[in-house]
Amino acid sequence: MPLTQTIGAATIDGLAYVGGLARLTAGAARFVFIEPFRGRKLRIGRAIHQGMSVGVEAIPIISLICFFVGLILALQGAYQLRRLGAIHLVAAAVALAITRELGPLMTAIVVIGRSGSAFAAEIGTMKVNEEIDAMETMALEPVHFLVAPKFLAMLIMMPCLTTWADLMGILGGGLFGVTSAGFTWMSYLHATQEALQRHDILTGLVKSVMFGLVITAVGCQEGFSTGLGSEQVGRSTTAAVVKSIFAVVVVDLVFTAIFYFTAPQ
Amino acid sequence: MKRLAPKDRERQDPGGVAIAVKDLRVKYGEREILHGISFEIQAGETLVILGGSGSGKSTLLRTLVGLELPSSGEIWMHKKNFAAMTEAERDELRKKLGMSFQSGALFGSMTVGENVSLPLREHTLLDESTIDIVVRLKLDQVGLSGFENYMPAQLSGGMKKRAAIARALAMDPEILFFDEPSAGLDPIIAAGLDELILKLKQAFKMTIVVVTHELASAFLIADRMILLDKGFIVADGTPQELQQSQHPRVRQFLDRRPEPELTGEIDYLQMLTDENPRPRQ
Repeated sequence: MPLTQTIGAATIDGLAYVGGLARLTAGAARFVFIEPFRGRKLRIGRAIHQGMSVGVEAIPIISLICFFVGLILALQGAYQLRRLGAIHLVAAAVALAITRELGPLMTAIVVIGRSGSAFAAEIGTMKVNEEIDAMETMALEPVHFLVAPKFLAMLIMMPCLTTWADLMGILGGGLFGVTSAGFTWMSYLHATQEALQRHDILTGLVKSVMFGLVITAVGCQEGFSTGLGSEQVGRSTTAAVVKSIFAVVVVDLVFTAIFYFTAPQ
Repeated sequence: MKRLAPKDRERQDPGGVAIAVKDLRVKYGEREILHGISFEIQAGETLVILGGSGSGKSTLLRTLVGLELPSSGEIWMHKKNFAAMTEAERDELRKKLGMSFQSGALFGSMTVGENVSLPLREHTLLDESTIDIVVRLKLDQVGLSGFENYMPAQLSGGMKKRAAIARALAMDPEILFFDEPSAGLDPIIAAGLDELILKLKQAFKMTIVVVTHELASAFLIADRMILLDKGFIVADGTPQELQQSQHPRVRQFLDRRPEPELTGEIDYLQMLTDENPRPRQ
């Protein structure tokens, strides 16, 4: 196949995949925001169940990872800042890097590993066991039944987890600040507060919501596209993790660029 | 409150046509699986669709319940062409159909009772106590009284299929579809399922469509049989008519004779190159 044709085919496949994600997200959004007002039940029980699994159960691991990431950032930042005689800026460096970028990103990576893969595995297993077909023959829409509760849970849990991750990252940086940079806990938190603007935290939270949508869409889409046979569930789960990480990084880039070019000077 | 069986519900007249299939073609990608088949299923009749692996019988069943869309042709149910409906119209009609899958397809995260009650909860406004009664009744009909709180993983293969039939019966369907009801079951359990299908047929006068390749089971439950071969109908008649048929494909299937080996060069080349083979006469 000529190179141009290969590129063309890959582009069409890529666009079709993104189109599928958009369609799935739009379908889930319809069942969360519109259909409940038309008398169709919002599956609150399942959404709470998903919220517990996506959000509450992820708190320990996210706390630990973000605390360490904050600590690492402080160490790496201080390495340069010390040379410039500006080690007192380490609190600001950690706060900005965590809230604007690493808090949402690390949360997304953990959620992909825990929940994005679980979404693909759950839906993929149901597909292999003909449960998705059974739903359709019972006139139940899989998007309503399976995707919408995950979508709602992610929409609520991702900003909550990210806020928590931001806090833990700042505390991680604080540990270095207090032990090695001459801060007290109060002065470190004060320096963090001085450095942060509402815009920094909000952009991070907006990104976290977008990450949540992408993770849900990719995880569910991979589950629905599972082929026949149980080994296909493993393939879907792996694909969900890899594609979600890629998609999250792309979304991160797009939104970071938008925030950069639209930020007040 | 929405009633389970409204008075105005359109029951097909005994002897009327429940499903009419006209020139149905189904493709997976470029490959055509069903090559323009036509048949009718009478209301109250038990039709068995027979065929070997790859004959298109499962594809036909999936198309009849709307899981596959035909590339052309018509499927008439309730005076409407199922193949040309919107998704919303198709969902409305699906509430009158019940389907029992080969694997049972019970939702693994729900108890048996929750599985059976799911369509009732989603499609009716029945209160909890009524739903509980209906669930117990349906489980009793399939011989699974007292198993409401079991998880599907705790059930044997035959019990899973029975539970799946109870779920398919939950909405009092007019047409019940079975995909390989006795596949993977021992002969005693399989015979029990045949008995159950006969009981449903006699007690509720339901239209039943069964896809199978189990001959003993097929001859026991069928009022009429269709034999599919490579996407074509090669025989359509009562079990007696099929028994007496001299059609070579029918005889080969019923007498359980293996495919003859391709010895000639021309035959072998044709097998390799023919994308759309006609059934051998």
